[in-house]
Amino acid sequence: MSLTLHAVRLGVRRGWTEFLNSVRSPQDQGFYVFTGVATLAYLWFNRADRVEGTTLLYPTVALPSILGALVAFGVIVGPAFALAMEREDGTLLRHKALPHGMEGYVTGQLVFHSLSAAPQFLLILVPSALLFADVMPSGAGGWLTLGWVLVLGLMATLPLGMILGSVVPSTQKVGTWGMLPVLVVTGISGIFVPVQALWGWVQTVAQVFPTYWIGLGMRSAFLPDSAASLELGGSWRTGQVALVLLAWAVAGLLVTPVVLRRMARRQSGSQVAAAKDAAMQWVR
Amino acid sequence: MRNGGVAMDARQDPVQPPDDSAVITVRGLRMSYGAHAVLTGVDLDLHPGEVVCLLGPNGAGKTTTIEVLEGFRLPSAGHVRVLGTDPAQADDAWRARVGVVLQSWRDHARWTPRRLLTQLGGFYRPYSTATHPRPYDVDRLLDTVGLTDDADRKIATLSGGRRRRLDVAVGIVGRPELLFLDEPTAGFDPQARRDFHDLVHRLSDLEGTSILLTTHDLGEAERLADRILILAGGRIVADGSADALTRQVAATSEVRWTLHGERFVHATDEPTPFVRRLFQQHGDDVADLEVHRASLEDTYIAMVAEHESARRPQLAEVTR
Repeated sequence: MSLTLHAVRLGVRRGWTEFLNSVRSPQDQGFYVFTGVATLAYLWFNRADRVEGTTLLYPTVALPSILGALVAFGVIVGPAFALAMEREDGTLLRHKALPHGMEGYVTGQLVFHSLSAAPQFLLILVPSALLFADVMPSGAGGWLTLGWVLVLGLMATLPLGMILGSVVPSTQKVGTWGMLPVLVVTGISGIFVPVQALWGWVQTVAQVFPTYWIGLGMRSAFLPDSAASLELGGSWRTGQVALVLLAWAVAGLLVTPVVLRRMARRQSGSQVAAAKDAAMQWVR
Repeated sequence: MRNGGVAMDARQDPVQPPDDSAVITVRGLRMSYGAHAVLTGVDLDLHPGEVVCLLGPNGAGKTTTIEVLEGFRLPSAGHVRVLGTDPAQADDAWRARVGVVLQSWRDHARWTPRRLLTQLGGFYRPYSTATHPRPYDVDRLLDTVGLTDDADRKIATLSGGRRRRLDVAVGIVGRPELLFLDEPTAGFDPQARRDFHDLVHRLSDLEGTSILLTTHDLGEAERLADRILILAGGRIVADGSADALTRQVAATSEVRWTLHGERFVHATDEPTPFVRRLFQQHGDDVADLEVHRASLEDTYIAMVAEHESARRPQLAEVTR
């Protein structure tokens, strides 16, 4: 057990190093700035719109939903890409060759991707506070809700990214297998359009996935209580938010180690070599 | 059927009993992918402190063999013991004693060699003992593989040869008792190759590390290996020192000389009597005399060719 703990500690350090490398890299900075500017521009152009049936402005309602969706999207697609890529480039194999290496590797992934949600979050939240009126959570209770929704949201979605990254056949397939379904789910989860505007069965599907619940939890943290009337059932359904996200987290905790172990078992040098050859041959 | 230190054609060999003192013992290792058999019965031993080189044509199963020994691949059949354990069931303590040099290509691009070696080396620390401290001190290791000047550069900016040095450093950072190297010098320039050979000698001489490596470079095999194994057609067809192998197979030598300004070349199985006769006939007129014994390359080509031609009729009989 203490050996595992040692590996986990090394994994935390690995995740932190990966995070520092990422925020120092122009490529990742570009990505953060791009999503930040795009979100702010979208909110800016809709800044004067009122949400039907309320006195609330559109950015006030949309900002928490978008933040939630970006976090969910980031921690699913991020690890999916990272894992698929690091299976092919030998990062994973290096860890497989180490004593307790996989524990360290997985911890590193979890820490890195949890941390990398932060720059994006702040890059949108801070300018929004300056640009738009009434967009910040109201009081300590609001910030507290924001905290637990984010933590549960990460726990619910991170494992999905790890599982996706383990089962996709190659990095090039992460787009079709991973990003597309996540985008579709995000589209029906009431982020840009209220979920009530969609057909009934779509609403049911949306409520299966964690993205809707993260968005709902975020809105409950940011918006005044009167805005709950905009939601399904006219309530924030706080208990249900916690339950659904917790259920996803537990499911992830049970399934992910099995999937990861199966994936790691198949790692070998010739697999890495084959992936290298495949990557050099884009057209097949 | 031992013959001057060379075991030829293992098919007629009775199954040798496993050797308990050996670092690696393999008996009857088989590996098939569907109907395609890659390994059809590999027997090999590696003794403590030995450097053994596995040679063989592409597709002979060198990488497969190494991956089975590393515990990265499950064999179809056979008895495999590495450091006293079946690698397929080996635990993390076993992992800590084994080093694997991988051929990576773009991993950890944003890390520096120093950070990466510190990070990966950390996993070996709980397995450190008073007599065998692990991992290596990172500065010393960087110096050993010749990466001191690049220690704090981004790995993405390293040249191919320097990257391979880093791969070697990662493989040995835990001070392994047994090291696996699969084509370690592919893509090295001559200087890097020479440096790498020095490194292997140092590991073997100073640390007593047992080493199993594969290569296509026969000169490298000759320079590094205490013993050479040739893998062809799914089994080990030759086992011995470079010298012994050369004597065994291609006994033909080449004699070159000049006589009155004219060059001559003669191939013979018995160079000594031939040269004596040459002097008896021409005396001091014989100039620029050179006698070349067949090279390891000639031996290797001959052995693989012999083995493959021996296989074909057998296959025809089976399919009839």
